[in-house]
Amino acid sequence: MTVATTDRSLPKFAEVAGGGLLDRRLFLKQGALFGLATLVAQTAGAEAGQRPAWMRVPGAPLSNYGQPSPNEAEVIRWVAANPDAPGNGISWTPLHRLAGTITPSGLHFERHHNGVPQIDPALHQLLIHGLVERPLIFGLPQLHRYPMISRQCFIECGGNSNAGWHEEPMQAVAGNLHGLVSCSEWTGIPVRMLLEEAGIKAAAGWVIAEGADAAAMNVSIPLAKLLDDGILALFQNGEKLRPENGYPMRLVLPGYEGVLNVKWLRRLQLAAQPLMARNETAKYTELQPDGKARQFTFVMEAKSVVTHPSPGYRLEGAGYYQISGLAWSGRGKIVTVEVSADGGHSWAPSELQEPVLSKSFTRFRVPWQWNGQPCVIKSRAVDDTGYRQPERRILVAERGRNGYFHYNAIVAWAVDADGGLHHVYA
Amino acid sequence: MCMRDGAGASLRRIVAVALLSAAVPMMAVAAPNLGRPAMPEEVARWDLSVFPDGQGLPQGRGSVADGAAIYREHCVSCHGAGGRGASAEELAGASHRLTDPSPDKTIGSYWPYATTLFDYVRRSMPLNAPASLDDNQVYAVTAYLLHLNGILPEGSEIGRDSLPRVVMPNRQGFIAVDGGR
Repeated sequence: MTVATTDRSLPKFAEVAGGGLLDRRLFLKQGALFGLATLVAQTAGAEAGQRPAWMRVPGAPLSNYGQPSPNEAEVIRWVAANPDAPGNGISWTPLHRLAGTITPSGLHFERHHNGVPQIDPALHQLLIHGLVERPLIFGLPQLHRYPMISRQCFIECGGNSNAGWHEEPMQAVAGNLHGLVSCSEWTGIPVRMLLEEAGIKAAAGWVIAEGADAAAMNVSIPLAKLLDDGILALFQNGEKLRPENGYPMRLVLPGYEGVLNVKWLRRLQLAAQPLMARNETAKYTELQPDGKARQFTFVMEAKSVVTHPSPGYRLEGAGYYQISGLAWSGRGKIVTVEVSADGGHSWAPSELQEPVLSKSFTRFRVPWQWNGQPCVIKSRAVDDTGYRQPERRILVAERGRNGYFHYNAIVAWAVDADGGLHHVYA
Repeated sequence: MCMRDGAGASLRRIVAVALLSAAVPMMAVAAPNLGRPAMPEEVARWDLSVFPDGQGLPQGRGSVADGAAIYREHCVSCHGAGGRGASAEELAGASHRLTDPSPDKTIGSYWPYATTLFDYVRRSMPLNAPASLDDNQVYAVTAYLLHLNGILPEGSEIGRDSLPRVVMPNRQGFIAVDGGR
């Protein structure tokens, strides 16, 4: 695989940090000069002036639902499930093969506890009950008449990146290490509106949310979160939710651990106390070295990962490349992502793609002139609360290695002399 | 369209709200109000929640002995004999403490509440046929799993009143981070 074009005839640029990192706005300031040179270099090898085969026959007919190019057949989710229970598992978003900030709906990561239910939307209803004045039932025809909002945000599984707890760095492509996170535009109804219609009793502090899957998956959510920015989502990236993302309705809780964004939502029960469900006690809790476990760790802390280049890619040789990656924080906006190309000895600021949205993917990029020598690439994010993505040794010193969930340490990719990349702890 | 922003509300809007409120009692907020009332019997059928204080537990009871038989029929193929784990996770038989480098997180060593067992087994298990066990069978499986973990003696049984009173060994083992109350 090739990550970017190279052109060794280019002039040398001034480094802003070790390992060949360049000014993040170098090419933005200089305009199209560099891009043009690259383009010429790329096309010089083609048979100039010849019409290719696809310009000599009529193209394919129109289609009812567009599909990716057959040439992109490798851009798929990687599935890891229990062979004895194929609906109980995960599939990873191929972050290393995507650009921008929106995850295509068909590539959104999955975590199902007992498969994807095949729900008849005409029969699916939502019950709101418990500590409310008026228990209410809603069907989809009614919900589609409600005032809706749209919001872009990431959803990340609490178990994302958990190979980082391993003693030795696992060798896998970036998406298979960090791809239990995806980012979509969600459209739906503020949950607050529905809860207030039911009439929230003063004693309510939690909401038990339950899905209509075979696991009837349930969790306890602080009422304050649902009132703050919870969405009953009906649409994802403009179309109805995909079945594997909760069709016909799911909770979206921006910045909160994925399991709380209950898919196939069928019931919201207001309560004074949490339920202590299996997935908030036995699972999705993080055992610490002292034997105590962190529980109700809802917020996904700031994380970043370089997606280009990353393991699986092979650099073509010394010269120019763009380092690019994703950063996100469950607490708010990403304010800076710094990149190092010398294993963390020096750092350069990256350019953040605007608009930077709260609790959403932020794409960062920085130009890089690789000298052809082995080096280590890292990125570290800071959010608008001042939280800084930690080095692995600090996270492990604080949490031990048996927490399983909520691993968000700085990621390091080693570049070998032959241009290959692999995962390292550095 | 939001009538809760009182600061900007005009006199006309306040009057309109007052009229609306008079015409439709109990309407607390400005919203479409398109949900239909849920009848108590509907809620009872829909509600699967079991809380640590026992709220939501149905009538019924089950014995360790009955639970062992149900386990052999419905659970052992995935969770292994004695709950030692197979294709699915181990449920009992922890040999490493939670502070060991490779801790065993079983029901007995890790789960803080016994009511969670009933809630989870009734809603999710067995994986290949969820909701196929009746309430007495769920109590029995719960009793057997507690027995396997050394929490209930052989020959005992558990029911709606006794299950919430079971004190799990790791009851104090959790620290609420974002959801403390």
